[in-house]
Amino acid sequence: MKIKILGSGCPNCKVLEANTKKALVELKIKADVEKVTDIAKIMEYGVMSTPALVIDEKIVSSGRVLSSDEIKKLLR
Amino acid sequence: MDLFYPIQMFVNWLVYSIFNLQQGSILGGAINFFVYDSIKIFILLAVIIFGVSYIRTYLAPERVKKLLSKRFEILGNMTASTIGIFTPFCSCSAVPLFIGFVESGVPLGVTFSYLIAAPLINEVAAALLWGLFGWKIALLYIASGWIISVIAGFILGKMHLEKYVEDYVYKIKVKNNMKLDKKTQKQRAKDAYQEVKSIIKKVFPYVLIGIAIGAFIHGYAPENLLTNIAGKGNWFAVPIAVLIGVPLYSNAAGVIPIVSSLIEKGLPLGTALAFMMAVVALSLPEMIILRKVLKPRLLAIYIAIVTLGIIFTGYLFNWIL
Repeated sequence: MKIKILGSGCPNCKVLEANTKKALVELKIKADVEKVTDIAKIMEYGVMSTPALVIDEKIVSSGRVLSSDEIKKLLR
Repeated sequence: MDLFYPIQMFVNWLVYSIFNLQQGSILGGAINFFVYDSIKIFILLAVIIFGVSYIRTYLAPERVKKLLSKRFEILGNMTASTIGIFTPFCSCSAVPLFIGFVESGVPLGVTFSYLIAAPLINEVAAALLWGLFGWKIALLYIASGWIISVIAGFILGKMHLEKYVEDYVYKIKVKNNMKLDKKTQKQRAKDAYQEVKSIIKKVFPYVLIGIAIGAFIHGYAPENLLTNIAGKGNWFAVPIAVLIGVPLYSNAAGVIPIVSSLIEKGLPLGTALAFMMAVVALSLPEMIILRKVLKPRLLAIYIAIVTLGIIFTGYLFNWIL
């Protein structure tokens, strides 16, 4: 599984990254978590509000900091 | 009838009967003011944030982009400013938002109307103004913020500044693979509730500290403290207030209660309103982020027009009120 966190490095993006990692640990899922900070790459996804969460190249959320519980639901 | 009368009754009972403070004493007055204002403001915050967040679930940036790309000139500025009332402005989203708008053909002036209105008209500020000054002042704040963003965006659009947008912005290709998920009413309400929780959690220490300082000023500062130095007679008061307000962004929630008690001590309302608008509209972190997409010249013009608009509003309200 490949997970990407899109965001220009604001505090919200860091919280989203931490929540994602927490969800992965709790579900015992192995996945690559990559942070995408390059604005051109972010725009390629068509995302206009960051942070956004991408799982296997599919945008599952944008403009919101999901809690680790919400991320768990998306990962299942 | 005053909607908040029952709360005042309850607070009177709490402060004078339960805490056993002397009615009419300075300490009793200050504590009464603090408790009453805190309760009232948190009720207003919850209600207003819920309402605004609910409407916002219909205004995802991807949809706003489509709405605005078909509109030009003054009508576009008006639509953009209106949508800006309901959308917050997280400075971390400024760059993707800006690029997304420009790329899909939203005129630059219309984009600016949105970029100005979104932070300038902010629901936390509106709730605080309503709680501390009454709904008329809150409405006045929203209306003048709207007019500033319409006019400033219109002027910026007329100046044809497209060449001062960073060149790479025009080269980025945006894929439109973002699907807007349909939401049920229940989901929207749930989202709005989440917003209320997260915003109140974020602002409540500032609001409480602000109200506490305000209550202190209310109780202890001399009556005409500011009449002489910042009264209507002093023409420099408005621009100076705006210049002080610009770097204070993150404390908007705490600043308004303090300002409200300074009004009692002789600060004119227009000056106070200009100060608060400067606090919410222009901030250093936002400028640093916008610099990524705007060349220095355009950034400077943008700051100058918004600042002048706010100063003008300050003078206007000092004059009519």
